[in-house]
Amino acid sequence: MEWLVSACFGVMIACGVYLVLRARTFPVILGLTLMGYAVNLFLFLTGRLHTNLPDIISPDQTRYADPLPQALVLTAIVIGFAMIAFLVVLSLRALGELDTDHVDGQQEKPPA
Amino acid sequence: MINHLIVSPLLLPLLMGTIIILNANQPVARQRILGLSSCLAVLVMTGILLFQSAEGPIQTYVLGDWPTPFGIVMVLDRLSAMMLFITALLALLCLAYAARGTDRQGKNFHALFQFQLLGINGAFLTGDIFNLFVFFEIMLLSSYGLVLHGGGGLRTRAGMHYVMLNLVGSSIFLVGVGILYGLLGTLNMADLAVRMALAPAENAALLQAAGLILFAVFALKAALLPLCFWLPDAYGFTSAPVAALFAVMTKVGVYVILRVYCLVFSEFAGIGASLLSAWLLPAALITLTAGAAGVAGSRDLRRITAYLVIVSVGTLLAVIGTFQREAIAAAIVYLPHTTFMTAAMFLVADLIHRQRPDAGSGMVPDRPVGQPTLLGLLFLTAAVAIGGLPPLSGFFAKVMMLMTVKDSAGAPWIWGLVLGGGLLTLMALGRAGSVIFWKLLPADDTRNGRGTAHDPVPVYALADVFPAVFLLGISPLLVLFGGVITEFAFAAADHVINPVHYIEAVLGPDRSLPLLYPSGGE
Repeated sequence: MEWLVSACFGVMIACGVYLVLRARTFPVILGLTLMGYAVNLFLFLTGRLHTNLPDIISPDQTRYADPLPQALVLTAIVIGFAMIAFLVVLSLRALGELDTDHVDGQQEKPPA
Repeated sequence: MINHLIVSPLLLPLLMGTIIILNANQPVARQRILGLSSCLAVLVMTGILLFQSAEGPIQTYVLGDWPTPFGIVMVLDRLSAMMLFITALLALLCLAYAARGTDRQGKNFHALFQFQLLGINGAFLTGDIFNLFVFFEIMLLSSYGLVLHGGGGLRTRAGMHYVMLNLVGSSIFLVGVGILYGLLGTLNMADLAVRMALAPAENAALLQAAGLILFAVFALKAALLPLCFWLPDAYGFTSAPVAALFAVMTKVGVYVILRVYCLVFSEFAGIGASLLSAWLLPAALITLTAGAAGVAGSRDLRRITAYLVIVSVGTLLAVIGTFQREAIAAAIVYLPHTTFMTAAMFLVADLIHRQRPDAGSGMVPDRPVGQPTLLGLLFLTAAVAIGGLPPLSGFFAKVMMLMTVKDSAGAPWIWGLVLGGGLLTLMALGRAGSVIFWKLLPADDTRNGRGTAHDPVPVYALADVFPAVFLLGISPLLVLFGGVITEFAFAAADHVINPVHYIEAVLGPDRSLPLLYPSGGE
């Protein structure tokens, strides 16, 4: 189980980094989104992998699910969503102002 | 007794920002009054907090009265009080400058400005590392809006890089925070320090990795070398009052590095002890060199100023990188000087820019500026202060920094690079000044013009130049009150360099014992 989850995390980060290093805004946005997902998954995992643990603390329970990572993930999701939404709008504006979707705002050279 | 004043630098900008949004379609004069009065009130409050902190112990404000370390806690020590005051003063002057026309170039400038203040103040006050992430994001989201304020292709392109880099930075920040929480089980910074001291050696590699991951993020905010290339574009192309306010944003990174690595990864921190002492000094010195090269190579006064921000960060962190009490005190003396003077230079560059319709702030000959005496004097004062010449504050702060680091191992490097960087800065500013003020075309020359008829250049009234004059006037004040400020800086450095004060203020007495007696003995 741990192996599977860590592999998922690694693959998502790798894909995210690959996409972020593309020079076009749309792949970059997808890459940042993917990295955001991976990081949220990672934060969630800091509470460790368990199954069937109660979420309410009571004296006759020895173990329970850690509620804090869930709260952190919720915050991170909201913030990440807002940031990506802003970036999408900014990219559209850059497309309008610079006439290209290249992240450096350069026109591509026409094929010789 | 809870001091509710501590939370006011957060609540007031939040409240005012919201009220200004509600007034978004009202005349801009009303937004200006709301924004300026909010900044003035925050300035008064942070002034009171500064006096309280200078006399008293570290104060905490526990939100919701949850027992620490479970709730979020705000911590006010001398360093954070000073940073709050610097931010408030700078913000008031920048907003006063922006109220002369910049704020009309787009919508919602005043609301974004208030939220920007909320984010910066929050980053200075919070004692919780996840809460620090949240305040960073508030600060960044408003800064994205402010960088792009006014629009235009160059700003959009620079803003795009700035936003994307910081989004990646936020992801990395969360990874670092996640590792810390996963291994230590807490997010409160004081509690993190205690548990770091008690952490078993088997977690050493992961915890050190987390510390260095966080350093990468803070270095991005502070613009340390491999992560500083966004800064010249973002600061050079944005509007002047925004760039001037952002002079304090890189200092947020410096502050957080100082706070986290003197607290959580302090010399008492067991397996995480003195994590950064091998990294910070070389990184800062390389940054200083690169910044000075940028200053010398730029052909535009605004870009020179943007590179000066990098030089100032490099200087500060090189001195802090020795992690000695006296050196940190000297850095705390230098910090207000460098923040205010780079901000003033951004404003002066903009004043020059607007009176040279053809060349702007670029270093090419143009017709003379409309008010050469006024602008020349402003530029000269700013250049003397930034270059570190007597009699202004830059000289004394630099002497103090160099004297305090002279016994450390890296002293020859720090001395050589700080002085060499200062020399390059002076040469670049001298060259910029002589081209702008002396290498003139005749007033009726139209060769450089985009046509025969020139737009009339604006003539500045007192209100236009007042913010820049006031900022520059702080420099002699820093010299006059040098004794008081130095005393304060040493007291602040005491609280910063010794994590015991901070931990006992937040968690209660005797909770810092694991740091002092790691083996669990007496």
